Amino acid sequence: MFDWSSLKDYAGLLNYWVVIVLMMSGFYVVIAQHNMIKKIVGLNIFQVSVFVFYISMGKVDGGSAPILKDGIDVYSNPLPHVLILTAIVVGVATTALALALVVRINHSYGTIEEDEIQAIEHDEEDIA
Amino acid sequence: MIPESDPWLILLVVVPLLAAPVCVLLRSAGGAWSLATAVSWAVFAIALKLMDTVMEHGQAVYRIGGWDAPWGIEYVLDPVGAFVVVIVAAIGAIILPYAKRSVEKEIRRDRIYLFYTMLLLCLSGLLGITVTGDAFNLFVFLEISSLSSYVLISLGNDRRALTASFRYLIMGTIGATFYIIGVGLMYQVTGTLNIADLKTIMPAVEDTRTIHAALAFLTVGISLKLALFPLHMWLPNAYTFAPSVVTAFLAATATKVSAYILLRIMFTVFGAVDLFESFPLQPVLIIMALAAMFLASLSAIWQENVKRMMAYSSIAQIGYIVLGIALATEAGITGGVIHMFNHALMKGTAFMAIGAVVYATGAVTLKDLEGIGKRMPMTMAAFVIAGLGLIGVPLTPGFVSKWQLVSASLEVDMWPLAALILLSSLLAVMYIWRVFEVAYLRQPQTPLQNTREAPLSMLLPTWVLAALAIYFGANATFTLDLAHAAAQQLMGGY
Repeated sequence: MFDWSSLKDYAGLLNYWVVIVLMMSGFYVVIAQHNMIKKIVGLNIFQVSVFVFYISMGKVDGGSAPILKDGIDVYSNPLPHVLILTAIVVGVATTALALALVVRINHSYGTIEEDEIQAIEHDEEDIA
Repeated sequence: MIPESDPWLILLVVVPLLAAPVCVLLRSAGGAWSLATAVSWAVFAIALKLMDTVMEHGQAVYRIGGWDAPWGIEYVLDPVGAFVVVIVAAIGAIILPYAKRSVEKEIRRDRIYLFYTMLLLCLSGLLGITVTGDAFNLFVFLEISSLSSYVLISLGNDRRALTASFRYLIMGTIGATFYIIGVGLMYQVTGTLNIADLKTIMPAVEDTRTIHAALAFLTVGISLKLALFPLHMWLPNAYTFAPSVVTAFLAATATKVSAYILLRIMFTVFGAVDLFESFPLQPVLIIMALAAMFLASLSAIWQENVKRMMAYSSIAQIGYIVLGIALATEAGITGGVIHMFNHALMKGTAFMAIGAVVYATGAVTLKDLEGIGKRMPMTMAAFVIAGLGLIGVPLTPGFVSKWQLVSASLEVDMWPLAALILLSSLLAVMYIWRVFEVAYLRQPQTPLQNTREAPLSMLLPTWVLAALAIYFGANATFTLDLAHAAAQQLMGGY
């Protein structure tokens, strides 16, 4: 007889599975891609997984938004949610800066492919 | 008893933070520089004042918004923190007068005010990391200092500065994100972000997989920011192509602050847990530190670019700091902490001397610097002092820290470590000798015929730092006492 309760346990952790999948795919994209824009996309996916992680851990089963109201006595923890607002802002700033750098790299190298840039830099070092 | 809130603690961070946007409003190069210099000196004065308070009362505390910890964010300064704060503030105060001429030469005039804005933000972030008593607040300051240092590095003249900055951004963001994953995992189990509070709860939960994972994420994340071998790939290019002032500032402060975070996590957050008993962290850290000491020094020997050579040397020196921390004894941590200070002095001097050479000649490769010692005797003399310190010659600060590290390893019967520390110093002799030989034993080439000494505004700060290096090398009692007090407090907890 299949144990349905254990399946429920795993389903309850669905958010964390999502976090792990997102985190690893984002991380993989950052490492494996040569295109700088794709790297930034990967970095964003990686960061978003952390947002999901924080938001999930603040959620309490059956908990409501933390506003005082009659008849509600279970609240979700608002702190991780607030923390992640800060992290989102940081993430946006990082992405903006990274994109600005890519624009300038494209201006001065004429490419945003990491391997091509590496080849150009390598040639320069031979001359210098 | 709850100690009184010390408002200087918050001013230390807020003053440079608020001065940064004012720099943007000023829009003039001279105005921004004047403001930044005034702020850096004010910050240094506050740092000394705080050091005094900490020496007297053992710690200083500030509760933001009047909320008590662990609900509110509290700023705490203890001996280790005070030591790092003084290092960062002192380097800032010495580098800003130096920056004026160097920046005018290396950075486009219409961007200079932005440069000082970023430098102030970076300063404020580094100080914030050191004073905060909240693990998440630390992340915010880490990102403030990181984001501003990416910008500072990208301001370098060479287009390779852009790619160096981009690579640092990717690595740095991964490091910082690893750090918040670690903090999040700890929060899941402990329900607190306050560092002192984490410490008290940690023994009850240390044996959970969540905490193990948290520790792994934290260690890897911080090691990325620290440029601990083999996670150092971003550092050489970033230091080589950044403007001279930025290299000197970051080399002297940023990695020290990361080492401070490592100390905080290992000996405060996990302070009540016998970390090195329950996790195989010690052998891993020692092997990484040794690898950094040898492989990075070996790479330094083959470099033609002096800035890059010193960058590799920095990675090697970080190895010494981590080695001291990894020994996890009072003597070992004393060695690590004092090397943070001594390395800041020596690498600061070295990079400032190189910056002065770049100002005068525009060259950083060995073949362009033949006979530079005859053209710029004062600058190169400062470089030689720093170089001797990196080797660890007696009467230099490097000797003090290596002596401390060697005796710490002998104390725990790890004599091969002691031998390896001495052996790695020989590698430092080799790369410093290469510069010395080129600078002094060769005749100046034609392009250097008309080279004159760097301006006084650059020479003087370089020599102030070199003089401090000589002073604290010859008379290390004061710094050793401070480092020892810091180590004692870390091992004993507060």
